[in-house]
Amino acid sequence: MESLIGLLVAAPLLGAAVLLCGGQRLNRTGHLLGTALAAVSFVVAAVLFFDMVGRDTDDRALHQHLWSWVPVNEFQADIAFQLDQLSMTFVLLITGVGTLIHLYSIGYMEHDERRRRFFGYLNLFLASMLVLVLADNFLLLYVGWEGVGLASYLLIGFWQHKKSAATAAKKAFVVNRVGDAGLAIAIFLMFTTFGTFAFGPVLDDVEASGASQATLTGIGLMLLLAACGKSAQVPLQSWLGDAMEGPTPVSALIHAATMVTAGVYLITRSGAIFNAAPDAQTVVVVVGAVTLLFGAIVGCAKDDIKKALAGSTMSQIGYMILAAGLGPIGYAFAIMHLVTHGFFKAGLFLGAGSVMHGMNEEVDMRKYGGLRKYMPVTFITFGLGYLAIIGFPGLSGFFSKDAIIEAAFAKGGTQGWILGVVTLLGAAITAYYMTRVMLLTFFGEKRWQPDAEGNMPHPHESPKTMVIPMVVLAFGSVFAGGLFKWGDAFVNWLEPVTQFEHGHPPLSVPVITGLTVVVLLIGVGAAWFQYGRAAIPVVAPRGSLLTRAARRDLLQDDFNHVVLVRGGEHLTRSLVYVDNKIVDGAVNGTAAFYGGLSGRLRRAQNGFARSYAVSMFGGAALLVAATLLMRAV
Amino acid sequence: MDPVNYLYLAALLFTIGAFGVLIRRNAIVVFMCIELMLNAANLTLVAFSRMHGNLDGQIMAFFVMVVAAAEVVVGLAIIVMLYRSRHSASVDDASLMKL
Repeated sequence: MESLIGLLVAAPLLGAAVLLCGGQRLNRTGHLLGTALAAVSFVVAAVLFFDMVGRDTDDRALHQHLWSWVPVNEFQADIAFQLDQLSMTFVLLITGVGTLIHLYSIGYMEHDERRRRFFGYLNLFLASMLVLVLADNFLLLYVGWEGVGLASYLLIGFWQHKKSAATAAKKAFVVNRVGDAGLAIAIFLMFTTFGTFAFGPVLDDVEASGASQATLTGIGLMLLLAACGKSAQVPLQSWLGDAMEGPTPVSALIHAATMVTAGVYLITRSGAIFNAAPDAQTVVVVVGAVTLLFGAIVGCAKDDIKKALAGSTMSQIGYMILAAGLGPIGYAFAIMHLVTHGFFKAGLFLGAGSVMHGMNEEVDMRKYGGLRKYMPVTFITFGLGYLAIIGFPGLSGFFSKDAIIEAAFAKGGTQGWILGVVTLLGAAITAYYMTRVMLLTFFGEKRWQPDAEGNMPHPHESPKTMVIPMVVLAFGSVFAGGLFKWGDAFVNWLEPVTQFEHGHPPLSVPVITGLTVVVLLIGVGAAWFQYGRAAIPVVAPRGSLLTRAARRDLLQDDFNHVVLVRGGEHLTRSLVYVDNKIVDGAVNGTAAFYGGLSGRLRRAQNGFARSYAVSMFGGAALLVAATLLMRAV
Repeated sequence: MDPVNYLYLAALLFTIGAFGVLIRRNAIVVFMCIELMLNAANLTLVAFSRMHGNLDGQIMAFFVMVVAAAEVVVGLAIIVMLYRSRHSASVDDASLMKL
């Protein structure tokens, strides 16, 4: 069984290599090959999963050592994979949702002449993400981490002829780089502290390693910085909204199965370090709480359907990071929410893509309206995803989000109350903005506008390859949470890897569940009050100060521009000044000094034999004088 | 006679030769002054030979004379060629080797 693990990565990697190097002759079949290889990976994952379930709880982790990568004395880096319950969960999500998105892209990218390349990039994305979650040491994880960054850059900027897409790709790449630096520093610290960066030796016995609290906190914070970059958490969140410039399947892939989940994986995987560094954990929780409100508020104000969903992703990932920061009472719930979120967010994005497909690529929700009659399947699948994300009782988001809210209360003390209230508030805002998206898109009057060429949109249901993935994901959105919750199956499954403690919230569980439902209804009600009853203007009204700020992503770009860009420019300018005047000055000054000196010395070379003779005689006389003087002394 | 007097004479001759080289422009005169300096050196060698009572210095003087004779042949040839090409035997006119 071990030998199959490599195949998980090899299949999409092969696909990427063949599709990207194969040239034009694969144009007609490339997309099928890419999808088939993603499906192969999923089938292998399923085989491995059933094999894993068949074994004892303590005996489930598999290990495959492929080869030694950098064997240098103490420094041993291996290409080795580890498949335990946590990795398995991610592998199934990545390959499963990934395959569905491949299938969807066949229809969505049908008229794009660079479709073969697109599938090559998608396969590369899957392969990188699989390396990330299967690695058995932090260095190999870093390889996957960077691969994901590269693939996301290529895909966000896929329509590179649009300047905005090229800029968005660059922005995502640069912001991610900040996080990557954090991960690199964390790995350096691990190596100096533990002498290795393999998961086993680093994570099994953090307490006994004798590492100081400060070091562990440092490693934890650096890991958090890395997670913030990939998972779009405050303060490295600014790339996520712009990343919507990529084709919609890419957004689905980034937001559901790959990329943004990497940060949650990293924190959960490094749980042992965070457990030993409570200060770092507190920062994780704060970042999660801030981001979950930040994303939710941004999501409320956006009129671009994909950007509204992007805000929602940020917010939901905030929930996961918060749960992961709670320690053993939260890890399992973070991953559970991640998986259910993978289903409904992928479904929502694919639904959004389907709507855009039918509406001449229009993204402004104010120009939709009344689409439920024209796109019934999209409406139903999107609607189920919507009910799941707002946590409608019985659907998957309800179980996973409710668990996180309970865990937040169970943190205890004032912190517990603050976190509990924040998560409840987040749930209310989530209900509000998702209802807004739903009402603006599928209900109300038709507010369709002709596109740039003057064609009125003729909304129609999307082709089969697009509809089938949406239906499958809708099933996941409805049933996944219940399945996971049934007999605490999911928590028991992950418990050997992430540990689990039962939290004891200060309120009883039914009260919290009741509160969740109440805030949900308040959110939905508020949205209906505002967008369901009245006619919606096609041009967005000016809005309150908060609305205007939220439309500009709560001024994140302005902040970055003023603080980082301007600050950077000033720093650069002063460094250039120092370089020009002081460093270059010293070098040029030395050169000028010797140049001038030689110019003067040159005059001695006048060609007159007698003048040379004078210097010779003078020199000889000096030598004689010196000799005599030395003898006299 | 005290052999030290020969050294004084040699010093005098050398000085005359040196000043000649530095002051005169005519290549032939400069050349003769160089010969004067060489012979002043020869005189000191012979004088020291006499003072120390061995023949080393005298033998050295013979060598110097032979080398000087060879140098005269070459030097005079150069001066003749220089005069033919430039119609002047002034050393200051031959100042082309400079930057």
